[in-house]
This record gives sequence, C-alpha cells and structure tokens, in this order.
Amino acid sequence: MILGGCLARPGFSQISEVVAVTFFKRYLIPRLISYVLVIWLGITVVFFIPRLTPTDPVMRMIGEMRGRGSTMEPGTMDDIIADLTEMYGLEGSWLDQYWAFWGRLFRGDFGVSFFQFPTRVNQLIFTAMPWTLGLLLTTTVITTIFGNLIGGVAGYYARKGWSRTLDAVAMVVRPLPYYIFAFALLVIFAGLVVRWFPTAGGASLGALPTFTWSYIKDVLWHSTLPALSLSILGGAVTFQTMKLIVQNVNAESFVQYAKLGGVTESRIVGKYVIRNALLPQITGLALGLGQIFSGALITEIVFSYPGMGMLLYNAVIRGDYNLIMGITLFSIVGITTAILVVDLTYPLFDPRVRYY
Amino acid sequence: MKVLKDLFRDYRFCFSFGVLVIILTLAILSFFSPYDPTLWNVVPKDTKPSAEHWLGTDSNGQDIFWQATFAVRNSLIISLIAASVSRVIAILVGMIAGYLGGSADRVLMFISDSLLVIPLFLIIVMIAMMVRKFMNLALLGLMLSAFGWAWDARVIRSIILSLREREFTKTAILSGTGTVKLVLNEYMPFAMPLIFSTLINNISWAIGLEMTLALLGLVNINIPTLGTMLNWAIYYQSMFLGRWWWVLTPVVLSLFMFIALYWLSVSISEYLDPRTRIQRVGAQ
Repeated sequence: MILGGCLARPGFSQISEVVAVTFFKRYLIPRLISYVLVIWLGITVVFFIPRLTPTDPVMRMIGEMRGRGSTMEPGTMDDIIADLTEMYGLEGSWLDQYWAFWGRLFRGDFGVSFFQFPTRVNQLIFTAMPWTLGLLLTTTVITTIFGNLIGGVAGYYARKGWSRTLDAVAMVVRPLPYYIFAFALLVIFAGLVVRWFPTAGGASLGALPTFTWSYIKDVLWHSTLPALSLSILGGAVTFQTMKLIVQNVNAESFVQYAKLGGVTESRIVGKYVIRNALLPQITGLALGLGQIFSGALITEIVFSYPGMGMLLYNAVIRGDYNLIMGITLFSIVGITTAILVVDLTYPLFDPRVRYY
Repeated sequence: MKVLKDLFRDYRFCFSFGVLVIILTLAILSFFSPYDPTLWNVVPKDTKPSAEHWLGTDSNGQDIFWQATFAVRNSLIISLIAASVSRVIAILVGMIAGYLGGSADRVLMFISDSLLVIPLFLIIVMIAMMVRKFMNLALLGLMLSAFGWAWDARVIRSIILSLREREFTKTAILSGTGTVKLVLNEYMPFAMPLIFSTLINNISWAIGLEMTLALLGLVNINIPTLGTMLNWAIYYQSMFLGRWWWVLTPVVLSLFMFIALYWLSVSISEYLDPRTRIQRVGAQ
C-alpha cells in the first residue's frame, strides 16, 4: 500500500545484500510499523467506546437481565455486579484499566459470553470462523480471478457490444449494498419466485459434519447463494476498475508497438496488458478487504449462514456486549494481518520492488 | 443552463434526475399524510393493494404507501445529516493536511488510513449498542458522519497538494492574503465539484448503513425509515406469507434510490473530467 517510488530506482551496485537491506529499510519496516500502529489505534478505539458513551455497561447488563424476568437475591446481584466490573476491567483509573485490557488481549482472553454462559467468547468465535473464512476465501478468489480476467478482456475490446453490455450490468449492480442485493437474491431464488436454494443455514438440520460427499454437497448447496451474492457484488467492482485501467494501459505506446510488431492479440492481452494492469488491482484488493469482510458479515445475516455474521447478529439481539467486543477485536487483528500479507506479496508481482 | 443541457444528454443523468424527483415528491407528500406514522391499527391489516390503499396495508395495520413516504423522508434526513457533517470534517481534515503538511499531515492521514482499513461496520455496531436507548434520527446521522469522511478527506488533500504548488498561491500569499481566506476563496472553488460528487456517494452509503443497522434492530424501529420498514416486513415473515406488496416496497424504493444516486455521481464526475466530457458534448 505504502510504496516509495524510490524502490524502483536502478542502483549502482547490484549486490544482493544491499538490495535486501534497502528492501527492509524502505518497504518492510515502515509497513510493519504502520501495521502495529493501526492495530493499536483500532483496539484503543474499542477500549474507549463503552467508557465514553453515557451507558454504564454493567448496569445495562443487569437491567437487561432483570428485563428478562430473572429475579435474584440482593446478595447474588452484588456478586454479579462485582464479577461484571472485574470482567469489563472497570476497576481503578483509566490507565490501569487500559493496561489490564492489553494484558487480557495478550493472553488471548476475551472473557465469557453472557448469554451462552459459561461458554468462552474465544470458543464461539473459533466455531463460527471456519464458515466465514471459507465463504470469504472462495468469493475473494472467484472475484479476483474472474473480475480481473473478464474486466481485462472487456477493457481491451471496449468497443465491442458484449463489453458494453457487461459494463451496463456492472453499473446497475455496483451501487447496491450487500444487504439489499443478498435479500433480492433470497427473494428471487429461495422465496417468492423459485425455490431452488435453501433460505437459511450452512447445512441441513441434523446433518453431521463428516468428510462424506453428501455432506460436502449439502454445504456447497447451502453456500451457493451467499457466495454468489458476494462474488457478483465484489466482481462488479473488480470488473469496472480493471476495465478502466486496461483502457488506459491500452493507450500506451508499448501496446501500439507490440501490435505493429505483429505480436498475437492473445499474447498482448494476457502477457502485457493484463499483467501491467494487475498491479494497482492488488493494492485495491488490500484496501477493500475490510469492506468485503463487513459485506460477508451482513450477507451471512441475510442467509442465516452460521459464521461470524450470524454470531454478531445473535450477540446484538441478546445484548451480549462481550461477544461483540471479542468479534470486533478479533476482526481488527485478522483484517489488518490479511492486508499486510497481501501487501507483502506485492513484490512477487512487481519485479521493480523486488530488484531494487 | 448550458451545463444542465449538457448533463441531460446522458441517459443516466435523466434516469437519476427522474427517480430523485419522484423520491423527493414522496418525501414532501409525507407532510400531507392522513395517518400518523407512529399509530398502529389505523387501517385494516394485511390487505392487498387497492384503490383505497395504493400499496396495501401491513400487519401493524398501517397504510404502506403513506408509511413509505415517511420512510423516504426519514432516510433522507439521516443521510443528509451524515453526508453534510462528514463533508465538513472531510474538508477540514483534507485542507489542514494538504496545506500544513509535515507532522499534522502524517497524523491526520494515518487516522484516515486506519479508518479505511479497520472493519468500521463492527465499530459502528458497538457504538450503536451503547447508545441504543437514546437513538434518534439526528444521533444516527451524526454517528455515521463520524466515520464517513476518511476517503474523501484523502481526495480533497490531494487536490490541495496540487493547488498549493500553483503560481496563484504564491501571488496570493505575497499580496498578503491570509491562510483562511486563501483556502476558502481560492481553493474551495476548485474542490467544490469533487466535494459535491463525494456528497452523493456519502448519502448513498449512509442510507445503506442505516438499513443494515435496522436489520440488526439497532435503530429505533418505531420511526419509519426504509430500513425499519424492511425490518418489520421481515419480522412478520411477509415474504413467505406471500405479502409481496409489503416487503417489495422498501426493497424496490431503495434499489432505485441507490442506482439513481450512483448514476448521478458517475454522470457528474464524467462531465467534470474534461477527457470524458469531450466524448459526450463534443469539442465546442
């Protein structure tokens, strides 16, 4: 993401050691520092939210417990309040609380979930995560490959009819929020119009998670609509940006020269144009990961898909603040790390960064 | 006038203009509604669209057409608050970062970069959880505006960076123009069209996020908005009970609204870009 143009400068000495040192100093170290800083800022914001808003989280919890009709002895209530105060780390000055908060994070302890007491938040997240991760990985791979390929070819043949048609479709799909688009797919394919796909869940009720073909087929069948919804929305964005970049690359002289030199068109598109246009797309993917993740959470809620989105939904409905905090902290670290990984693969695609 | 004529050559602009006129008419119509949007059971429940109730009625005993006019109005209010306040933040941050440079620039841009990277949706959900009791239209608008400025501040900063190097900046400074006056009088006109285009995108973003928060039940569900209308329709299983007129009203309205806003911003920014304008208007 943060690439100095200085890296592309040809150097006097070609000694690989110097190259490596420059790479570390100019690219890797600043990138790692900003990674740590972003995580620090995100977690600090999460720490301050319950402390700056006018609601006392502990009293709110007690209120909600009472609202549910549970009556308890006065002594028990005091115990619970003390317990919750300790759990939220609300004892001592803000500075003490802040240290205690970080201490808990480093131990990887997000506390217990209140409404699935006494299950730990960690455990709930780790049960839900594979579903979200599977959905996200599949759709990101599909989006990246198909969006860039189709967008690249459509950009090269921008004047053809099919290219314009695809462009028009992307113009309609692009502005739709994840929620509305997922809901529209649900209405069309699993509700009012036809009933080809299940309306809810990650697998049929009572299906045991085993490595049999019938179970895998069941999971795939249930994940088709959520994955389709995410892929089409993400794909439309990738398609549009790729098409635009390719149209710009097309106008460059090396493409004209290749054409005049008799290089075959498939080679020009595949080897020269798309490869050059891919570089900004990698940066775009890194920047968009947070959005894609939020979109996946919302899509899961619409399809009642049993991942982190559904966990979040249940936590919100039940007022389980601890669980929401766990999900948020976990996501902040997960997403910034994923972006770091994408950024660090950049040198693989851009030889200028790799070789000085 | 000539500008408008050129803009109307684009079918996307015509479409968006038409849709937005209809949406605004709906919002204004809400002031003449015969029903109070907060009262339940004022009309027979679950009737199909008819001459008396144009879009039918819902399971709460409310007229869907008039409910929709309130929904459109309230969604517009939220998104306009969110978009205009976040524009002010974006302009301030962009101009300060761009004009001052140095460490102010680094700190501000680090914050806006972080906002782009962190899953904001979850942070907004956390805040909404804590202020749930006090939630109303204005508060929701302000909450969204606190998070919607990051990308646009970057764009405005990049404009200021290029303007700062231009000749007229030096002339203005040497002739004794103050910083505030320079920025407001000389730089703003350049940045204005772009700010307008980001304003439209931000309105669209705010409406979408409001609908998402409504899905989670994190807004006051007794105030009709596009989001809460859909929330009620889903709550009463209207899709599976075949009450399509109920569930489709907020979905179709918002679909048209999102497409219209996006096309409007694309059409305007294409017009503002001289390279693409020539293709449309022709060299004159």
